[in-house]
Amino acid sequence: MGMNLEKFNQPQLSIGQKLLHLNWGLVLIVGVIAGAGFAMLYSAANGNVDPWASRQMVRFGAGFLIMIAAALIDIRHWMRLAYPLYVLGLALLVLVEFRGTIGMGAQRWINLGLFQLQPSEVMKVTLVLALARYFHGGTPENIGRLTFLIPPLLMVVAPVVLVLKQPDLGTAIMLTIAAGALFFLAGARMWIFAIVGGAGLAAIPVGWQFLHAYQKKRVLTFLNPESDPLGSGYHIMQSKIALGSGGLFGKGFMLGSQSHLNFLPEKHTDFIFTMFAEEFGLVGGLALLGLYALILVYGFGIALRSRSHFGRLLAMGVSSTFFVYIFVNIAMVMGLIPVVGVPLPLVSYGGTALLSLMFSFGLLLSVYIHRDIAIGRRGLVDDD
Amino acid sequence: MHRDSDRFKLFSRRAALLGGGQALLLSGLVARMYYLQVVESDRYKTLADENRINFRLLPPPRGRILDRNGLHLAVNQQNYRVVLIREQTPDIAKTLQALGALIRISKSDQKRILREVKRKRSFVPVTVRENLTWEEVARIEVNTPDLPGVMIDVGQSRNYPDGADMAHVLGYVAAVSEAELTGDPLLELPGFRIGKAGVEKVHDLALRGSGGTSQIEVNALGRVIREISRREGEPGADVHLSIEKDIQKAASIRMGEESASAVVMDIHTGEVLALASTPSFDPNAFDKGLSAEDWRALTNNPRAPFSNKAIAGQYSPGSTFKMVVALAALEKGVISPSQRVFCQGHTELGDAKFHCWKRDGHGLMDMSAAISQSCDVYFYEIARRTGIERIASMARRFGMGETLNLDLPGESKGLVPDPAWKRATVGGPWHPGETLLAGIGQGYILTTPLQLAVMMSRLVNGGRAVFPRLTHSVTGVPEDVPRETPDNLGVNPAYLKIIRDAMAAVVNDPSGTAYRSRIDTPGMTIGGKTGTSQVRRISRAEREVGVVKNEDLPWEQRDHALFVGYGPIESPRYAISVVVEHGGSGSRAAAPVARDILREVIRRDPVSAPPAGAETVTASKAEGQPWE
Repeated sequence: MGMNLEKFNQPQLSIGQKLLHLNWGLVLIVGVIAGAGFAMLYSAANGNVDPWASRQMVRFGAGFLIMIAAALIDIRHWMRLAYPLYVLGLALLVLVEFRGTIGMGAQRWINLGLFQLQPSEVMKVTLVLALARYFHGGTPENIGRLTFLIPPLLMVVAPVVLVLKQPDLGTAIMLTIAAGALFFLAGARMWIFAIVGGAGLAAIPVGWQFLHAYQKKRVLTFLNPESDPLGSGYHIMQSKIALGSGGLFGKGFMLGSQSHLNFLPEKHTDFIFTMFAEEFGLVGGLALLGLYALILVYGFGIALRSRSHFGRLLAMGVSSTFFVYIFVNIAMVMGLIPVVGVPLPLVSYGGTALLSLMFSFGLLLSVYIHRDIAIGRRGLVDDD
Repeated sequence: MHRDSDRFKLFSRRAALLGGGQALLLSGLVARMYYLQVVESDRYKTLADENRINFRLLPPPRGRILDRNGLHLAVNQQNYRVVLIREQTPDIAKTLQALGALIRISKSDQKRILREVKRKRSFVPVTVRENLTWEEVARIEVNTPDLPGVMIDVGQSRNYPDGADMAHVLGYVAAVSEAELTGDPLLELPGFRIGKAGVEKVHDLALRGSGGTSQIEVNALGRVIREISRREGEPGADVHLSIEKDIQKAASIRMGEESASAVVMDIHTGEVLALASTPSFDPNAFDKGLSAEDWRALTNNPRAPFSNKAIAGQYSPGSTFKMVVALAALEKGVISPSQRVFCQGHTELGDAKFHCWKRDGHGLMDMSAAISQSCDVYFYEIARRTGIERIASMARRFGMGETLNLDLPGESKGLVPDPAWKRATVGGPWHPGETLLAGIGQGYILTTPLQLAVMMSRLVNGGRAVFPRLTHSVTGVPEDVPRETPDNLGVNPAYLKIIRDAMAAVVNDPSGTAYRSRIDTPGMTIGGKTGTSQVRRISRAEREVGVVKNEDLPWEQRDHALFVGYGPIESPRYAISVVVEHGGSGSRAAAPVARDILREVIRRDPVSAPPAGAETVTASKAEGQPWE
């Protein structure tokens, strides 16, 4: 499995050819969902493109360019860049710890002048890249060894701890779950998950002590939302009321009374799905969920068709992260899980989240375009 | 390569597991969505409506109070006020300053405004000042471009055009106190006013009306988005009184700053035409809220502006009680009208000496002369003969000792003493001397001016038990229809005629005590009886050196001056009672006031056609007079 063989297998494609080979179906779905997002932001502002829809469109435009650019870059370059990017992400997280802006009671942003950078969003992609890079070199044998799992474990723990310190429990959980998915796909033994899971459960009472008061309250509120309908249970109750009153076909575009009368909190960010479901009903909600599911299916398809293990892991990592976001957000607004600040991908208003999401789609597309490039287990050391 | 295919197999297996798990979770979301949006949808739709739809009470306009001729006594007034809405005002201090240049805003108001602005939500208007004049409204309207967030708002406030003159009849309205909350949501509306005294209080429920409701859509902050539906309430009913505004005002003005009261009644129907008590207070002040200073000034005034003396004041009737004593004596047969009693200035009972007001005595007195000249010795004598039981019972027949159920709060019962009463309250036996004192309306006996007016009415309406009434109707519906003819008291009409003629002599005979207060105009002549009731005891020592004149006494020790009267003499229609507290003597202080008021009353009633019930009077005339 020398480099010559790989070069032989994979003809060099020109940029034009690569564009032609882009998975346009996936791009189209991403566009449609983003379009629905613009419509909801327009509605959330009571029929105004300002302040949200217009800015979101600009960001989506930028994100779209990033996506295409990322898609065109050779997957081997991404593999080479995986660790440096991870280190950069980690550095940003450290930086935000010292220089970040306080917002919503947590330190999450770095002010870059033009826009606010949220390093934890960046970390979601770079962690997947780095883990994919690491596990690319694993064989079914050594993946069974605990020593082999220690470095990736540290790669996960470092950002999770930093994110928890912000404090941002939601993102920390997201990172952990996405990383867990990669460990799982890489072939880590099932009993490891059993042990880690058991240890996690046992740690809950200890971890509870470390939760901030508002986090404890959210969990307690989730367990019994009616106990405090005007306090922190308010969000969940109002979200369920808005969603439930939408019924089968919804109240119609721009006619969601609960959302428009501001009973619904954060309707342009975390609770935007509620607003969507209030205005378009069960039918609309299912349609949106269907589109998301389609993206997941594309992710699976791309992963399975990739000839490189890095590509497979990257594609599955990206789509798994994507899934976790969708699930956590929608389950939260429907009162299935506690309120955690997680946006709905492609629809919620937000800068860094959208850009890093588009970047991850770019990676997915890159895996698709470069699906036939096989990369040796030893990686790129002797490549090029 | 085969190692990679192993790896791929493992990966595919794991990926399939992961995908399956994801599909499972996604179907969980679908199920949940179905549950919320289809199964539980109706419940959430209801909750959503409860969220966004608020009921708002619309306060009904309060009913008016009108006099017998439909003239306004209490009305609602447009109250122009200027309000400030924070969210429309970029700089509150600057706007207030600009506004302060146009209308006066006091320091304390300014503080209150800034406080309220901070406390209330940004879209809730804060009242800057109420009761703006037209000029002020115009000044603000012209300058609105420079006053962002400033608006003129129209509210309703209660207005009493006659102010203090009507205060004791109408009462006043003021903000609801904690203790008055009954559960009627109207009462909880900010700024809602209820009747606190007088007619406003008695007829509060009718005047109040019932509130309407407005369904409004609100957002999460409570801001009104739109009105969905509206149900108008029932405006308060108008209350028509028997009061005649001009007479009431004339009486009030005539009494001036004296601590006095006057009641004018229709003797046949019992309608109260005037019920005045002075000094008074301005009921308009209560709508806005009275300052603590003004309140103290009113409550500490020795002439008690808050007390409605016409119904709550209790006085010894003095000589105005003599007609009742005379009737009791006639009915018992202990004296005939022409039988004479000698007055030498005093009479004796045991060791006690009872004085006539005329130190040198009246000489021989028959009943008519004794009444017209108010001889005390004559009444000591016939009271002694009659006994307290008979006198008390006659007093009760003429409306004393009990409330008369006028529809005003605060009516006093007065006091008709008898031995049983004395035993029960004061203790000890009834002394014969006390009967003598009762004979001239002194001692324990107490009456209200209203009771005196009722007594007078019953004396001259043919002896019928007329009751006073104040309310004609509540929005067209007659409140209490007067009985066709009130119950007969069973007093011999001939006796009544004697009394009536004697009362005519009081005013019209040169020897009468109220001769100076006569009216000579034909058809407007009046009769009556003076009364002067002591408020202090005159000691034997003082009597020997000479009783101190009223003018030389401090105000609180001067005698109360009373007068009860009727008119016109030819066909009596109106009764009056006037009490001037510490006025000195009835003939000097009370009779002229009563005359002036009665003149107004009769002058306003040129139709001297006797109303229903007057036949009894004419009939009694025809019956003849057994002792002449």
